[in-house]
Order: sequence, then structure tokens, then C-alpha cells
Amino acid sequence: MAKKIVIEPVTRVEGHGKVTIRMDDDNRITQSRLHIVEFRGFERFVQGRPYWEAPVLVQRLCGICPVSHHLAAAKALDVIVGAGTGNGLTPTGEKMRRLMHYGQIFQSHVLHFFHLVSPDLLFGIDADPAIRNVIGVALKHKDLAVQGVLMRKYGQEIIEATAGKKIHGTGAIPGGINKNLSIEERDAFIKGIDGNPQLSIAQMIDWSEAALALFKDYHAKHKDLIDSYAAFDSNHVSLVTPDGALDLYHGVLRGVDAHGKKILNDVDTQDYLDHVAEEVRSWSYMKFPYLTSLGPKKGWYRVGPLARLNTCDYIATPRAQKHFEEFRAYTGGKPNNMTMHYHWARLIETLHAAEMMELLLNDPDLQKDDLVVTGTRQQQGVGLLEAPRGTLFHHYAVNENDQITMCNLIVSTTNNNQPMNEAVNWVALNTIDGKAEVTEAMLNGVEVAIRAYDPCLSCATHAMGNMPLEITLVDSRGDVIDSKRK
Amino acid sequence: MAKPVVATTSLAGCFGCHMSLLDIDDRILQLIELVEFDKSPIDDIKQFSRQCDIGLIEGGVCNSENAHVLKAFRKHCNILVSVGECAIMGGLPALRNNIPVGECLAEAYLNSPTTKNANPNKILPNDDDIPMILNRVYPCHEVVKIDYFLPGCPPRADLIWNALVALVTGKEMELPYEVVKFD
Ligand code: SF4
Repeated sequence: MAKKIVIEPVTRVEGHGKVTIRMDDDNRITQSRLHIVEFRGFERFVQGRPYWEAPVLVQRLCGICPVSHHLAAAKALDVIVGAGTGNGLTPTGEKMRRLMHYGQIFQSHVLHFFHLVSPDLLFGIDADPAIRNVIGVALKHKDLAVQGVLMRKYGQEIIEATAGKKIHGTGAIPGGINKNLSIEERDAFIKGIDGNPQLSIAQMIDWSEAALALFKDYHAKHKDLIDSYAAFDSNHVSLVTPDGALDLYHGVLRGVDAHGKKILNDVDTQDYLDHVAEEVRSWSYMKFPYLTSLGPKKGWYRVGPLARLNTCDYIATPRAQKHFEEFRAYTGGKPNNMTMHYHWARLIETLHAAEMMELLLNDPDLQKDDLVVTGTRQQQGVGLLEAPRGTLFHHYAVNENDQITMCNLIVSTTNNNQPMNEAVNWVALNTIDGKAEVTEAMLNGVEVAIRAYDPCLSCATHAMGNMPLEITLVDSRGDVIDSKRK
Repeated sequence: MAKPVVATTSLAGCFGCHMSLLDIDDRILQLIELVEFDKSPIDDIKQFSRQCDIGLIEGGVCNSENAHVLKAFRKHCNILVSVGECAIMGGLPALRNNIPVGECLAEAYLNSPTTKNANPNKILPNDDDIPMILNRVYPCHEVVKIDYFLPGCPPRADLIWNALVALVTGKEMELPYEVVKFD
């Protein structure tokens, strides 16, 4: 009997995404899809708004990484107000924004690791879902839970000090920033917020190293899972500096294929339209980006921590560089195509973000008063940055009344749309195909593969726990024959 | 005495309100002493397993499923709280309320610079597996009765904390000026 399996991570509940898997009479997989069920219409309804509202409006797409949207919009507007791209700002303007961004990367990566991934590591992927969540961690491993809570708090406090507010701040404005960092704020971050040495930058760096050690220990014991699960070849895209360093705030667009060949040769972000297009498929509200030179079939790519460590040549902070060398050596210097290694890459970036925060906190430029730059007004601007989940594209056109006339957004998780579908398909073909009975472990498996991408808009809920999954077997007439829930 | 039971959900929200709840930081550890969570993104409970004392709603109602979930919350929660501007008045997503849905779809999937040459068959998302978009975004209280409203985008962590503690302990809530912000 033909079956349709519906795995709903959060759909009925939160309305973000779901998975459907179809099987034929012999239980062979005929189709598997990750559907994104959200549609907001930002591109249309920001038209007519004054352009300076964009950084505060568009960040309301996502409360998990609002700073990324806030800054990508501001970067696009820098171009429009004639401040240029990247290093066109004053040192204080650019460095305050960078500090805000590293705070954001830090808190978002920490949230993902401690609240989401650590339950799997501590309790096991097959553990009872009743304890395998953040509350279970808090009850059973209180020290680790406290560590996660304090690390996230540190990142959030950095955001508040730079953006004015922990969620949906207002710090970045076209051409710069609206405040600098006071000596008191700086000292608190260096020595410990509220005099608590556990909330100092040195502690953040140590705990980032400890999280890496925890992951590596797990990796050593579970090589099979980490190295082969949902692994597949793909292209990788991210920003890098012109000399090839990892840079999460600004750079040129670089792409490599699964074997390391350059397929996007350090292009200027203002020219993204010459290289990227998006396919629309009727069964998802999320589009499918691809590199135009390779076309929709071959041009899809991965973004995010894994992709970034595959495209860059080095990391400019010493501790993260050490781990990067180890990460690179693991695949003999070739791109790493192992989906579960996203976790490893993400923790290396967490450490990098902590190191960058330390450098910036000790930089006297943050106390200077030259905050904003203006220049010759332009009609269009493109702003790209590396959000926690990958490359984020914002593009605006503005008329002579300063109203937005066009807004195009390619958010990080959208870039990973095809890869997440590939991951779901891998799990379907490798663990469910041919099986008459679908077990809960198989449901877990789908969840684990999607979670590696830390998808945000599609199933933001899982950032705070394990995705609830529901599976329904339906016969060819559409009648429900079995239903399971975890 | 059994602990009060709390359920939470995000409808057409950005998860910022849930993140603000997490911004109570280490008071999270007190919270899990104080209450139990039922259906919520912070645990694995997908369906209501019992009648709950308090339901926290983030986000307004923008599609058919949001309405369905909201009604289920009203049915299973004694007290329902709209958390944040989206739940209270639709929030930013409600900016689309004066624009026909078709125009929003056309802008995203047909006219955008990255799709206009890449979508020759003019495909729009339209499938049994994705929910119907409503003509406009509705505030929660237009769909069901809401008992309390916490303003802010998102409401300050302290406001959410104070409100939860007040509801759970039955003590009057403190509302200092600094924690109540409309933004
Ligand atoms: S009120 Fe603000 S923070 Fe809350 S869901 Fe809406 S946009 Fe996000």
C-alpha cells in the first residue's frame, strides 16, 4: 500500500516547517521534501517606507538572529547614503557594528550548542525525549546548563551595549552607528559583568574551548555518526576577506565545489545578481537559490559554519586558527562535506567570535565619537554578511523621496534549502527505504540531519529544544493508517 | 500542591518573544522549579497533555494553522496571555494588511531580481502540504478571548518574568516604568 509519511517538526504548532516522505507499495521512497510553511511578504510591504526604517523593520523577520538582519540592512543603506561598503565607515562605526555582530554569533551558536545539541550528546540520540531537552540538561547537568545560560547572556549583553536592546535594537544606522562603548561598559565586559568574573571575556574564551573539547570527545567515541551521517558532496559559499581569511562581517563572495575548485571567484557583493538566482517550487514558501553559472540542478550550495571553514584559507585569531588547522587536516585540506561536522565548525566559530570580542573590547577606537559617514546618495545598495546560519543578502532600491521601492532578501536558511532537502532525502533513502515499519528512531534521524543546519525560519522552535515530530502513514486513498508521535 | 502548568507557542511571530523569555537568564532555573511546562517549543510536548493554567502566545494569526492552534490554546488554558506586539495587534507582519496577498506573493516569487529570470513558468507556492495564507494578519484577541497583554517588541524579560510570577503566586504585579515599553 502506498504511504505518505508526514513529519511535522513544528507545523501544526508553530507553523514553520514540515517533512513529507512518500513510499510506494513496496515501501520504496518515491519522494521526500522539507516544506517551509511560512510566508510574510516583507519584500512587498516595506515598499513605500522611508529607507532608514529598514534596519529596524526587517530584523523582525527573526528574533533569534535579529542583529544579522539589522546589520545587513544597514550595510545596504551605507551604500545608498554614499558611505561605501565595508571599510567605508569610521573605525568606531565599523568596530561597534562588528562587536555587535560577534556578540550575536556568540549567543546564537551557544544557544544552538547548549540548548539543542548538548542534550543529544549528554543523553544520547536515542534517549527518552522526555529528558532529552534543555530542561533535562538543567536538571541533570546543572553546571553545563549554567554555563550555557551565562554564555548566552554575555552575547546578549554585548548586543544590548552596542544596539541598545537585546532583541530588535537600533544601534546601526545608515552610514554608521548611534553610540560608542563607554569605559564602564568596556571594563564590565573585560572584568566581568556586575563584578561577576564568570561573566568576563576570558571566561567566555575558556568555556568556548571547553565546548570544543566536549564535542571532540563525543566525536572520538561516535566517529560513524559524526563522519558519515547525512554526508553528501556539495558546493560551499561564503564571504571571505580578499586575502582569504574568515570574516563574518564583510568580504568578497567565494564559492568552492565539493573538491575545492573555485566556482565563485571572490566577487564583489554589489554584483551578486550576476551570480545568484532563485528557483521557486510550488510546495514550499522558501525559494531555492543557486549559482547561475552552474544552473539550478548543479549550482545549489551550502552556507553556514561548515561552508565558511571550507571556503576560507585561515582564521585570523590564534586559538580558532589552531582548531581550524586540525579541522582542515581531518579531510586532508579538501572541503569537508560531512553534515554533522557543522557542529564542529560552529564551535570553532564560537571561539573565534569570543577572541574577536576580546580584541575589540581592548580597542580604543570604540570610545571615539566619530560615528557616522555620509557621501553621494545612490539609488541602490546591497548588504551581505555572514549570519550565524550563513550568508545573508539584503538588496534595496530607493526613490528620490527616500522611499524603498524594491527589497530583495535571501536569508541564510534559504541558501540551505536544497542542502536540507538533500539531508532529509539521505536519511529517507538510507534508513527508511524498504522498511515496512517506521520507527521512532527513524524520526529522530530526520531530526538530527535537519538540526545540523540550525535552520532558523523553518523550525526555529528547535533552537530551544528538540523538534516535536509527528508521523502519519496514509494509504493511497488518503486514509490515515497509523500515527506516531514523539 | 501540584505546580502550575504553562504552555507557550509562536504563531506569526519571529521567536523574539520566546528569546526574551530566555533572557531571564539564570532565573530559568528558578522558573523550572516554579512551574511545569506542557506543550511548548522549549520541550518535546507537541499536544496538550492536560488542562494548563497559563498559555503564552507569541505572534498574530496569518494563516489557517495559526487560527487552529490559537483556538486549541484557548480551549486548554485557563489564562491566555498575548505576549508582544505581534500577538497584541499583528505587529510588523500586519503591515501587509492593506496590500492584497497576491501582490505580496508576486513580489516575492515573480518580480524579485533573483527570480524574475529564473521562474519562467511563473510558479507560486500552492500545495496541499502548505497552509493557506489569510487575507490579513489578525491580532489574537480578534480570534479568541485574551486575558492579559504584555506590550513590547519583544516585551522586556523582566516584564515577562514579573507577569509569570504574579500569575503563578497570585500576588499583584509590579509594573515599574522601565520594564513596560511599547516599541
Ligand atoms: S512582538 Fe516583536 S519580538 Fe515578539 S514575535 Fe513580534 S516581532 Fe518578534
